[in-house]
Amino acid sequence: MIENEMKLTIPSRSANESFARVAVTAFFAQLDPTIDEIADIKTAVSEAVTNCIVHAYKETIGKIHITAQIHEDHRVVVRIRDTGCGIPDIDQAMEPLYTTCDNGERAGLGFAVMQSFMDKVKVYSREGRGTTVVLTKKLISRDSHD
Amino acid sequence: MNVKTDLKDGVLTAYIMGEIDHHTAKDIREEIDHVAESALPTLLILDFTDVTFMDSSGIGLVMGRYKLMKEIGGETRVTNPSPHINKVMRLAGLDRLAVIGKSNSKGGKHND
Repeated sequence: MIENEMKLTIPSRSANESFARVAVTAFFAQLDPTIDEIADIKTAVSEAVTNCIVHAYKETIGKIHITAQIHEDHRVVVRIRDTGCGIPDIDQAMEPLYTTCDNGERAGLGFAVMQSFMDKVKVYSREGRGTTVVLTKKLISRDSHD
Repeated sequence: MNVKTDLKDGVLTAYIMGEIDHHTAKDIREEIDHVAESALPTLLILDFTDVTFMDSSGIGLVMGRYKLMKEIGGETRVTNPSPHINKVMRLAGLDRLAVIGKSNSKGGKHND
């Protein structure tokens, strides 16, 4: 059951990377997350949004749709969707150190970071249609509200 | 500017400030490389004391500077990353490339 939800659409400008990760974690503040949980979610969202900017839309500007949901049991779900170029081989894209950027400044660890900092990472993609990344994490309840 | 550099006795210290992501990494990288390529230091210290956030763009930043310093023939050291940034760096195995340590005011030698 979805207890609360927010939706956000932003153009794929790199200046919005910071806004996107802060907006998502600000929405989850109502769950009183720990500092570590906030940092984990911020980092994972930053990776997914950066992928849209660097890979999905490359030199063009497209829309990034972000949905953040709070489910029961303090489970949070973040969907990051683009309508960019899509990923031809998802397994390869998710391999640590795999990158299509050849200038040596992208580590190829975006998905590895998402997987390490979230409980679950799902990727749906169709070439020429776009990609959706779904990040899920169960937050540890600090006060049980009873 | 998200970075200040200080050059002393062949040691280049880059004090990085604020958040490192794909958006900010470019300016930080260009500033450090600009100074490093003209000064050819023997040691590059990347000071993370005032870095409040870092994603994998920061990994690229450290890896790229490590490669540059190897070309120059110098070492790279990362100081004072927050616990979360340390976690991101360890995930990438950066602890095997660059020495990651606490604050090191003397700028060297604690490894010998």
